[in-house]
Amino acid sequence: MSNPQHLRYSKEHEWLTAGEDGVSTVGITEHAANALGDVVFVQLPEVGDSVTAGESCGELESTKSVSDLYAPVDGEVTEVNEDVVNDPSLVNSAPFEGGWLFKVRVSAEPGDLLSADEYTAFIAG
Amino acid sequence: MSSTEPAEQRRTALDALHRSLGATMTDFAGWDMPLRYGSERDEHNAVRTKAGLFDLSHMGEITVTGPDAAALLNHALVGDIASVGVGRARYTMICRADGGILDDLIVYRLAETEYMVVANASNAQVVLDALTGRAAGFDAEVRDDRDAYALLAIQGPASPGILASLTDADLDGLKYYAGLPGTVAGVSALIARTGYTGEDGFELFVAPADAEKLWQALTDAGHEAGLVPCGLSCRDTLRLEAGMPLYGHELTTELTPFDAGLGRVVKFAKEGDFVGREALTEAAARAEQNPPRVLVGLIAEGRRVPRAGYPVVAGGAVIGEVTSGAPSPTLGKPIAMAYVDAAHAAPGTAGVGVDIRGSHEPYEVVALPFYKRQK
Repeated sequence: MSNPQHLRYSKEHEWLTAGEDGVSTVGITEHAANALGDVVFVQLPEVGDSVTAGESCGELESTKSVSDLYAPVDGEVTEVNEDVVNDPSLVNSAPFEGGWLFKVRVSAEPGDLLSADEYTAFIAG
Repeated sequence: MSSTEPAEQRRTALDALHRSLGATMTDFAGWDMPLRYGSERDEHNAVRTKAGLFDLSHMGEITVTGPDAAALLNHALVGDIASVGVGRARYTMICRADGGILDDLIVYRLAETEYMVVANASNAQVVLDALTGRAAGFDAEVRDDRDAYALLAIQGPASPGILASLTDADLDGLKYYAGLPGTVAGVSALIARTGYTGEDGFELFVAPADAEKLWQALTDAGHEAGLVPCGLSCRDTLRLEAGMPLYGHELTTELTPFDAGLGRVVKFAKEGDFVGREALTEAAARAEQNPPRVLVGLIAEGRRVPRAGYPVVAGGAVIGEVTSGAPSPTLGKPIAMAYVDAAHAAPGTAGVGVDIRGSHEPYEVVALPFYKRQK
């Protein structure tokens, strides 16, 4: 499995894109999706919600467990992926693409986001 | 999502094979076992519609032999084990003197004076110790055979055809809950028509040294029929849909078989005294007069998944507790087993919900099982 170079990563296994007009797309990594197993339900924040880096902003349910979804940055949610709400298996089949979760207008980002290489080393460690 | 590895994890004879298949492994009762190989939902569906292959070598085999083997098991277990015919098997339980369930078991009668008791991995030592202790005064030997067997299970509607291509054993004559010695793919095996999936299928007890050869032969023979390797994750959803209890969830030392709705496994009419008789006689009377909580099925109206330990609620009050819950691949909805107050246990009882992390989600009360195969 390879982690796309153009993304940045949180230690909670979210990825985010470089902002376009200050708006970044957020999802969970393939590593996280594999660890969860088949995702059957996602609860996402709502458009307009404020999220805080490192704090829970949703849930991911898989066969064996429920996991919190953490915001990788501070900001305001501008869009959520309705496709993934309707078909949570997209998180497993296309975690870095069709399985994206929400978009956020970034107001602040923590200093500990990782590059692809750093994240790859982090999950290997 | 990280887990701490216990100091000493046991590995089955198929460990290297699981890793070569890319299995996600998990700790289960001190064993490093395959959780899933790919999608657990695909594995589940394969068992319901085609066939699945499981490594269940963590299960604990205990052999009981000798002239008093039947008398010992009748004394130590709650069932009438002496009445089991040679070549047949019985689902039963072992209880404490106070009636609390120590484990649920399958007992195979291999010969007139030889039985194999199969315990859950988490309880194998407890069962071994209890049987050994209860053997005092009986002319019988209790032998720890946990390391003597690997256990493979092939489950699903295609499994009889797949197995038949590898053995001369009379599978048509092998009924549900029966077992016979035979040869499969050149390997000596105890072939049992048992399982924990709600499907037709077989469990094959073999020497650990033969496990890999048998696994490969079954994989090759089952390829065309759609057989896939299956992990413990789908085993859990399969047994949940089939309404089968899991020790530590639906069964505990805090419950008697009567509390678990399984009083039928207790055979008071059998010869001789047995451990727990007095307490279980009282438990049976108590259950009759004052029905305990009832094990029911719950089907979600929404999509949030109930998990073990979540409160079952009605009218703002807690009326029960979830013991097992998962998204059901067959029903396409979350399901659960739960113990609920008798007043709320009837199928269709209105206003029952599960408290899912503070939010009361509506659930339908149904009779178990959720799934029954068409025969």
